[in-house]
Amino acid sequence: MCDTCGCNVTPGNAHLVKPGGALHRTDDGREAVSVLRNLLHENDHTAAHNRQHFDQHGVLAINLMSSPGAGKTALLEATIKRLGKELSIAVIEGDLETENDAERIRQHGVPAIQITTGSACHLDAHMVHDALHQLDLAALDIVFIENVGNLVCPASFDLGQHANVILLSVPEGDDKPAKYPVMFRAADLVLLSKCDLLPLLDDFSTDKARRHLRELANPAEVFELSARTGDGMTQWLDWVMDREARLEHRLGELHTDNHADATTAP
Amino acid sequence: MHELAVCQALMDQVENVAREQSAAHVVSIHLGIGPLSGVEPGLLSQAFPIASAGSLAADAELVITSLPVVVHCRECDCQSEVQPTRLLCSHCGAWQTTLVSGDEMLLERVEVICEKSTPAQARGVLHS
Repeated sequence: MCDTCGCNVTPGNAHLVKPGGALHRTDDGREAVSVLRNLLHENDHTAAHNRQHFDQHGVLAINLMSSPGAGKTALLEATIKRLGKELSIAVIEGDLETENDAERIRQHGVPAIQITTGSACHLDAHMVHDALHQLDLAALDIVFIENVGNLVCPASFDLGQHANVILLSVPEGDDKPAKYPVMFRAADLVLLSKCDLLPLLDDFSTDKARRHLRELANPAEVFELSARTGDGMTQWLDWVMDREARLEHRLGELHTDNHADATTAP
Repeated sequence: MHELAVCQALMDQVENVAREQSAAHVVSIHLGIGPLSGVEPGLLSQAFPIASAGSLAADAELVITSLPVVVHCRECDCQSEVQPTRLLCSHCGAWQTTLVSGDEMLLERVEVICEKSTPAQARGVLHS
């Protein structure tokens, strides 16, 4: 088929070159090109690449998101104290400025890479990719990515994580899921943090917080905990261990399948 | 305020399309944005002149279509249009729904002006 006489127009693509079609070219040289691609295609591509990195090394990647000050770093410190001996953990920290959070994490003997975003309000897949190259993934079981404290922007950027965990600290109010639907719709797990303050707050209902989450059609579990007192931490740690085991299992099966394919191939 | 970052990603894609078509310039850019995408169409429009300055799309019109939020109910098998903060089935009230539309941020179409059409371009267009 040539490209000049129109013989490459088939019944399958004819609608595209008809007047008004996506590839129609008018006399004035105007041409409409159909793209139908996600605006963040480039980010999603890098995120998939990051996920591949994590999978190759059997590393569970958890993206922690919340408002500023909801207790992400405190949760990580408490988690490292409890799981640090059994599992090899690293943390990628996202903040607009300072190394403060990374230094807090390093004091627990865990590698931490600080990404300072300048004025950017979120981490993207490229920033995480750069940080991954500073970590020895082969020596790790879990990477926690502590996103920039913000309930709006980080929700739009896939980083290559296996799970999104969102903290909602009880002083923030139980209607946060209703106010930030994009963020809370993305949650695989919601942690109600600083629950040791609940007796002081007469306006936070854990049931209401759960109901707001269900109204976003999100079936994610909701755990109540306090990193400070340790209450409720066991449920969270069990969840992390379970996710880690499930990832190992999934990757193990994948490896067996590939191996089986390779041995049965002619 | 991540709309500028989104807009810069959009510009990369638009410039790729323009290059592939050997376009002289871009006339219009058509987006479909759902309320649950996390992108605010108004802010995207404001960011566009900054992100597109000096590019082939500097004078292009940005046309944004707001897409509806539609859920499919796994309980009663009905489909309904709902509010972005309440993704419950409009028919039976169940929360066990799946989002069918409403979280898209899609570059749908780019209109370009080509100075001259060549066979090579035509091939590129039809096979892309």
